[in-house]
Amino acid sequence: MSELTLTVMRLGFLAVLWLFVIVAVQVIRSDLFGTRVTQRGSRRDAGRPQQQAARQAAPPQQRQQQPSGGGRQRRNAPTKLVVSEGILTGTTVALQGQTITLGRAHDSTIVLDDDYASSRHARIYPDRDGQWIVEDLGSTNGTYLDRSRLTTPTPIPLGAPIRIGKTVIELRK
Amino acid sequence: MSSSTNTPAHHTSTIGSIGAPSRRNTELALLLFAVVIPVFAYANVGLAIDGTVPSGLLGYGLGLGLLAGVGHLVVRKFARYADPLLLPLATLLNGLGLVVIWRLDQSPRLQQRAKSLFGAFSPDAPKQLLYSALGIAFFAVIIVFLKDHRILQRYTYISMVVSLVLLVAPVFFPAVNGAKIWISIGGFTIQPGEFAKIIIAIFFSGYLMVKRDALALASRRFMGLYLPRGRDLGPILTVWAMSLLILIFETDLGTSMLFFGMFVVVLYVATERTSWIVFGLLMSGAGAVGVASFEPHVQERVNAWLNPFSPKVMAQSDQIAQSLMSFGSGGTLGTGLGQGNSDLIGFAANSDFIFATFGEELGLAGVMAILLLYGLIVERGVRTALAARDPFGKLLAVGLSSAFAIQVFVVAGGVMGLIPLSGMTMPFVAYGGSSVIANWALIGILIRISDTARRPAPAPAANPDAEMTQVVRP
Repeated sequence: MSELTLTVMRLGFLAVLWLFVIVAVQVIRSDLFGTRVTQRGSRRDAGRPQQQAARQAAPPQQRQQQPSGGGRQRRNAPTKLVVSEGILTGTTVALQGQTITLGRAHDSTIVLDDDYASSRHARIYPDRDGQWIVEDLGSTNGTYLDRSRLTTPTPIPLGAPIRIGKTVIELRK
Repeated sequence: MSSSTNTPAHHTSTIGSIGAPSRRNTELALLLFAVVIPVFAYANVGLAIDGTVPSGLLGYGLGLGLLAGVGHLVVRKFARYADPLLLPLATLLNGLGLVVIWRLDQSPRLQQRAKSLFGAFSPDAPKQLLYSALGIAFFAVIIVFLKDHRILQRYTYISMVVSLVLLVAPVFFPAVNGAKIWISIGGFTIQPGEFAKIIIAIFFSGYLMVKRDALALASRRFMGLYLPRGRDLGPILTVWAMSLLILIFETDLGTSMLFFGMFVVVLYVATERTSWIVFGLLMSGAGAVGVASFEPHVQERVNAWLNPFSPKVMAQSDQIAQSLMSFGSGGTLGTGLGQGNSDLIGFAANSDFIFATFGEELGLAGVMAILLLYGLIVERGVRTALAARDPFGKLLAVGLSSAFAIQVFVVAGGVMGLIPLSGMTMPFVAYGGSSVIANWALIGILIRISDTARRPAPAPAANPDAEMTQVVRP
């Protein structure tokens, strides 16, 4: 057998061996099981590949964490959310720059056991300046800040009651 | 996820689990690849040695393909959701081992040596193919009959007794080449340590699953380490003493390291306390140094490791020196299959020292690929442990994969001169019935655990979130 053939076979064999390793690693890569992040409701992205949705889903988290530094230094910044009426009266949630979701869905931050609340009823989140905003997520019965029904995301004054079904919550220092 | 609300753009995203596909076709494709590579290697060895494609190529390829096919069908039928990589990786390593054993069978030097020592030479490759078939059969039996790995949990203490018996048994049989790790029954020699490693993993995981809270929580903090209570040290001291006894009475460094190392790893995983690792390392270090100070066989091994080229060691056995020379002459890309001189190692060239042949004929590039294949098996094992939902399965998967990893480390480290040599075999590639069969059984249990772990959960009960929201009527 010629020297050249043997050399080609030798290198070819190593290449094939490594190819197997690489293919195996690729299988592992496609096999990473966990959670799939898909964006909901956003018209722009509807129908686009999931990869892009996953990429775009990441920034909101960073955005949410950002204000925690600056926001906390503000005077009169609320530090906790308190449930003042309803079944959950007395429950408090520390405000640490995270989005708080309210609704009947099990994965809400505050799960409302209330027939008048929607699954995803409202959410409370800090904006870029650390100001806390309440937003109605298209609920059936609406979210009320003081007496007025919310139509747009609205900043929450300290101590103002937010009413969702039978539950009333407010932000306190 | 259902919702009666309509979420406006950006910010909200849903997080749901990916439906687990069974991945059996991926496994089949990889298996084909894993059978083709050894066939290529086989042809390569034949061409390098005789200049012709070996006549046994078809039979060998069909044999390996048949074994892989049986394994695949069993997994497809009885463990649909199992990990797709474990079987192909094990098949490839087994196939490569067969090729290299066959290649060493062709060596005139080894044939001559066998004739002068035993009067006749019998090739090992066909025997190894038979052992592989037995291994696959055992693998199939485990997957078919072990419906749920948690059944093994019932045999926690029985497996302790069985593994102790298996470990102690070789003491009553004559030593072979200085180490008492074999038992012989009716002409067959068995290495019980290989089976004991699986059985003792069952004991460790069953025992630690029950005791882990006591071991993890009842401890004092001292200098950043959690110190366990004195009485909680009992189990680790017992296993330590046992591994030292193995080292003293069976003079087998590998088995002793394997058991103690596996126990420490499982203990660490069960309790999440770094202090156990520190204790384990200190104890194994102290134990090894202590035993080496009075046990001549261990001293010999350490001496051969420290000065492999000294005349005194060479006069006794030049195996390590030859092995190191093999790795050295292999260089980066190797000499090519069938073109090395690793047969100079002589005794145990195709079992304990088979890795040196890979080192010489495939070079650093090949050795790295082989080690990665082992690493991937271990990775899949640990991944299985992460995915497993029951603590026993988690610990068992970690125990088995750490045993596998430690064994590869002990053997590869031994032949490369990183640690003293011990009489263990490279899983799947080395010649030896016990080793091949036991490792196929190990892979079988891992596949069973991974099937349970990756099986999609049954559909949840009716979701209260889906109920209609009542409308307020003013």
